[in-house]
Amino acid sequence: MAEDAATPTIEGLQAFMQRVPYVRFLGMGVELAGDEMTAVLPFAQHLVGNPMIPALHGGVIGAFMEMTALAQLSLAQGGARTPKTIDVTIEYLRPARPSATYARAILRKVGRRVANVQVEAWQESRAQPVAGLTGHFLLRG
Amino acid sequence: MADTYETAPLDQRMTTFVPHAAALGMTLVSCEKGVGVMQTPWREELVGDPETGVIASGVVTALLDHTCGLAVNSAAEAPMPIATLDLRIDYLRAAAPRAGITAEARCVKLTRTVGFVRAEAWDTDRNDLVAIAQGSFMLSPRG
Repeated sequence: MAEDAATPTIEGLQAFMQRVPYVRFLGMGVELAGDEMTAVLPFAQHLVGNPMIPALHGGVIGAFMEMTALAQLSLAQGGARTPKTIDVTIEYLRPARPSATYARAILRKVGRRVANVQVEAWQESRAQPVAGLTGHFLLRG
Repeated sequence: MADTYETAPLDQRMTTFVPHAAALGMTLVSCEKGVGVMQTPWREELVGDPETGVIASGVVTALLDHTCGLAVNSAAEAPMPIATLDLRIDYLRAAAPRAGITAEARCVKLTRTVGFVRAEAWDTDRNDLVAIAQGSFMLSPRG
């Protein structure tokens, strides 16, 4: 238990979601079922990267998954400062269509200084993800 | 007649014609065959850490992805739709408060189907990088 002893707090998550201007710029929100969090990115025209297909910008999907990881960490970490992203590896599986996108993060390991997080994003069907992210995040007490 | 996405010059096709690039205020700094440089200015609503005023890493992600796409497109003989397969980004340090980001991407290898790209991003000093990235992009030739 020592490694992930921090009590999940909704306050930490709410503070993160309200504090960060870029979260509002994306228009991102979260839904909670107990301590299970789903991030939601409603479709908006300014998120489009390819107007021909049309599809959401790959950078938007990457950023959305990264913010989902940070939101999940803020939920797990309570009042601690927002972690810093060390690295992310993003795998794109399908074009993200102009509709709502969802994401869930799994905290693979939360150590004393570093958290390993995996995120998956999907649209109509959870079984057909549009992208995945694996990242390392530096925790700051 | 006004340009459409397909007929517009490359700098417009990478900026004003892409809603998200326009929303981030991206501009094309320079582009030669296989090498592109793009910029996004600092703006209050793009901040990721309100305590410091540093731009969100997500903005860096989007700029790197977009600049890599430019590098692949400019390496190809004709512009074509491309899709990101994989993008790996290392965030070397936080950007300076209230600083915009510039990214340079180089298409290291272009095959008939895949473009391999390396990219770097910095805020004020080209020699003091904020992030480095490597990605692969699938080409979708028309016809």
